[in-house]
Amino acid sequence: MIVAGCDVGSLTAKAVIMEDGKILAWEILRAGTKPALSAQAVMDKVLTKAVLSMKDISWCVGTGYGRKQIAFANGEESEIACHGRGAVWAAPNVRTVVDIGGQDAKAIKVDARGNVIRYIYNDKCASGTGRFLEVMADALGIALDDLGELSGNATNPVTLSNQCVVFAETEIISLVNEGRDVSDIIAGLHRALANRAAAMVGSIVAEAEVAMTGGVARNSGMFSALETALGIPVRSIEHPQINGAIGAALFAHDAAAAQT
Amino acid sequence: MITAGCDVGSLTSKAVIMKDNRILAQDVILSRIKPAESALTVMESALKQAGMTLKDINFCVGTGYGRDRITFVQEAVSEITCHARGARWLLPTVKTVIDIGGQDCKAMRIDNEGKIVKFITNDKCASGTGRFLEVMAKIIGVTLDDLGGLSARAKAPITVANACTVWVQADVIQHLNDGVAAEDIGAGINNAMASRMAVLANNIGLERDLCMTGGVAKNAGVVIALEKLLGMTIKRIKKVDPQLVGAVGAALIAGDKCERRAAS
Repeated sequence: MIVAGCDVGSLTAKAVIMEDGKILAWEILRAGTKPALSAQAVMDKVLTKAVLSMKDISWCVGTGYGRKQIAFANGEESEIACHGRGAVWAAPNVRTVVDIGGQDAKAIKVDARGNVIRYIYNDKCASGTGRFLEVMADALGIALDDLGELSGNATNPVTLSNQCVVFAETEIISLVNEGRDVSDIIAGLHRALANRAAAMVGSIVAEAEVAMTGGVARNSGMFSALETALGIPVRSIEHPQINGAIGAALFAHDAAAAQT
Repeated sequence: MITAGCDVGSLTSKAVIMKDNRILAQDVILSRIKPAESALTVMESALKQAGMTLKDINFCVGTGYGRDRITFVQEAVSEITCHARGARWLLPTVKTVIDIGGQDCKAMRIDNEGKIVKFITNDKCASGTGRFLEVMAKIIGVTLDDLGGLSARAKAPITVANACTVWVQADVIQHLNDGVAAEDIGAGINNAMASRMAVLANNIGLERDLCMTGGVAKNAGVVIALEKLLGMTIKRIKKVDPQLVGAVGAALIAGDKCERRAAS
């Protein structure tokens, strides 16, 4: 049985096609201003990759902030549910998921089947979300994807005194002007973001193992900063950025199975 | 007796020279990177206007976020105390003061003797501070001074759903791309600013009369929107630039200290 999951986020749209618990193909695209178009574009791409067409898909579940606008989805699930489900599928011992998206952040506590027990969510304040790193990378004139590697060279990470993205941006510009090492600044940014995530994890009384999902999880510097902030190892999963889409595809599988 | 007040803020630095309850000279400059330098520059400019030098000043009080870096002051006093003192001197019936700085916002309640009864400060989040308006004015492409006037000309102000400066910035860009008029966007921004301020003000409990200090007090759009939200008239400070109230308060406190010193 072939199913699909489509996760339309604020920054990227993700789609995955799965067959009987195996990933056939996946795709990530930069999201445009219209979620419906982003969804269609990423789905077309992943279908081409899998050499399939929409009619081969038994069921498709949509998720992400644009999930209500996905024309081809048969159903929808919250991102929280999808990230919980996807992470436990990827690493069965995971009980806590930290998902840092482009415009939000969540900490989710799940049971052994990936059902959500408790969660906390922030989309009110840009600090603590992926946007924080995006703004700072922009201010530093560095590509978002290079932050992780650069932070590896840090010897004396800076401590930021501001939490607000707007104020922190000014702060790092003055740190650059003072001649602080860029790697040390980036490592300090990772620490700041990790501390915000750790505060969310603390508030849901997290249990091991902890997994990090979302695009930010691809950043190695963020990964180790979160381990330091939490004081416990963070489990790495194979596809952190498409984890929500995988969760959606797993829900699609359940729904398709229930139909037959 | 000649006294001075110097208020070194994140965005602007202010100096006021007073003699026997009268303002002799005043100045406002954009703050430099180093607070000590900002303080000295603005004070020298005010002294020059008054035809004086530092040694003519009997007592000088510093305030503002850079107050501990000012080299020439006898004492540093908190902004809250200075704004309360300055506002009471300018408007003796004032019981509540809302001060919006370049990077913070405060609301304070004062009793009949001018003592601070209650206050609240936000310097953690840019929303509701001068920075919020600064960021938005820049995107809309108007000066900070012109932003206030947009409200009066707006036909259908946008509704701002977010509080976070970063998210509002994205919303404003979207509206500009959609071709929404600058007046309507500006008015929506002024309304959003007022609603953040109202949360702060309501938190300490309002008591008449109410006034606003700091540069945002000159933004008519914000002031009128805030009056509507609070259901209360905001007394306008006309004797001086509302931006100078902290420095005026500092100079008055310098006078108090001088008198106390003379008496003892």
